[in-house]
Amino acid sequence: MKMDAFRYSKKVLEHFRNPHNMGEIKDADGIGRVGNPVCGDVMYLYIKVKDNVITDVKFQTFGCVAAISSSSILTDMIKGMTIEEAEKLTKDDVLKKLDGLAPVKLHCSVLAVEALRKAIGDYRKRKNSERQRNC
Amino acid sequence: MRVYLDNAATTRVDPAVAEEMKKYLTDIYGNASSLHAFGREAREALERARESIAKKINANANEIVFTSGGTESDNLAIQGICLAKKKGKLLTSTIEHPAVNNTMLAVKERGFGVVKLAVDSEGFLNLDALQDELSGDVILVSIIHGNNEIGTVQDMKAISEIVHDKGSILHMDCVQSFTKVPIDVKKTGVDMISMASHKIHGPKGVGALFVREGIEIEPLFYGGPHEFGKRPGTENVAGAVAFAKAAELMTANEISKIKSMRDYLVRELLEVEDSLLNGPGIDNPNRRLVNNANITFKYIEGESLLYKLDDYGIAVSTGSACSSRSLKPSHVLSAIGLDHKIIHGTVRMTFGRFNSMEETKYAVEKIKLCVDELRQISPFKHSFDNYDVKG
Repeated sequence: MKMDAFRYSKKVLEHFRNPHNMGEIKDADGIGRVGNPVCGDVMYLYIKVKDNVITDVKFQTFGCVAAISSSSILTDMIKGMTIEEAEKLTKDDVLKKLDGLAPVKLHCSVLAVEALRKAIGDYRKRKNSERQRNC
Repeated sequence: MRVYLDNAATTRVDPAVAEEMKKYLTDIYGNASSLHAFGREAREALERARESIAKKINANANEIVFTSGGTESDNLAIQGICLAKKKGKLLTSTIEHPAVNNTMLAVKERGFGVVKLAVDSEGFLNLDALQDELSGDVILVSIIHGNNEIGTVQDMKAISEIVHDKGSILHMDCVQSFTKVPIDVKKTGVDMISMASHKIHGPKGVGALFVREGIEIEPLFYGGPHEFGKRPGTENVAGAVAFAKAAELMTANEISKIKSMRDYLVRELLEVEDSLLNGPGIDNPNRRLVNNANITFKYIEGESLLYKLDDYGIAVSTGSACSSRSLKPSHVLSAIGLDHKIIHGTVRMTFGRFNSMEETKYAVEKIKLCVDELRQISPFKHSFDNYDVKG
């Protein structure tokens, strides 16, 4: 049976109804901000890192069902991962966990991964400047 | 509770309409073109329906052409004129329904000129622009009467006078406005109007095009001499009868009931912080469709709100096309100049005869709750000022 191209999977709706790790981390070690309100989706991802492991993560998303659920599932996936492990995640990993998204919504999973990469980049930048300060 | 607030998409068929229709499926099933008694019965019913629809808009019965619905009526008006005139220019607006928009695109590809006229921030047609663009080669002006998204009701008489001053022909898509706004084709002078049954608690698959006597249009397909040679095909008697019955049931009393529910909802939702009503104000029923509410909630996205409300059994639609096939924001909201940052937070709620005040109150309560929940998820709370993706 052909899947309705505009229907969300059960998994997507689960995360949309009860998003995990929603909110802001005030003293985050890395923040990734992506998207554009004009396009209708913006994602902010906050990570706490200890001994190279992501110990806490939170998100704030302005966007559609797919954007919110992509953010939520991503936070579940990366909690407990090392920075290197998290960095290797791709949109396909997110899509797999969500049991797929309609073609017009694929960019939401891309956005989540971009937010993660930016948060990691931000974390590294902060760490480097910290190191320099300590020298 | 299940609350259907998407009556601009389609409506529940009134049980009384269904009952009436049934008779013309199982009992009076003759072909309205047949000469025998079976056919004559069907013909009588069809002509009664035609007269009833004509009366609603002060037209003559022989000016009503039954069609399969609003889309066909719009196509018949626009393509019918193009086929009859062979060449020329057409004027339309920037806030048309796809049934007109895409028909205009098609005739443009066939070599006709098409010019889209701008509207103001409430969706009213710029009459000066209309005047300026009207020239001798304009074969048709087609303007939506009651806008399906933001409810703007155009001034039919004023537009008609300008169009006729320059000797052109006016078609108006009245699919949303028919029976909700008084329409008088004699007083306004409009030449063609499209109507549809399923927007007024009639069945899907039937509509009509009013074509003023003397206006020449070619049919879109060929067959028998049905519907004054403008629309061949065995007449849909049951559909026509049901359509007429549905139109009769849209009484002034029902319209005012619909308006009071809509007004309550709008007033309540405008109390929500950072919300705004798109389209004209709700007070004047001749300027805004009485059943339409179109509201933008800043800092959230409409599709998310739609799905949250769906969980509470409440059906609304989005102004943001995020929920439909394309990700482009609504062309109507863009045309009225709504800021693209907030365009995505728009939902449309449209009432029908079967909604109740109890349902409206329930919907208001849940909409407020869901907007609040989505704003908690959103990085934006009171402005887009903290928008910063450089970091």
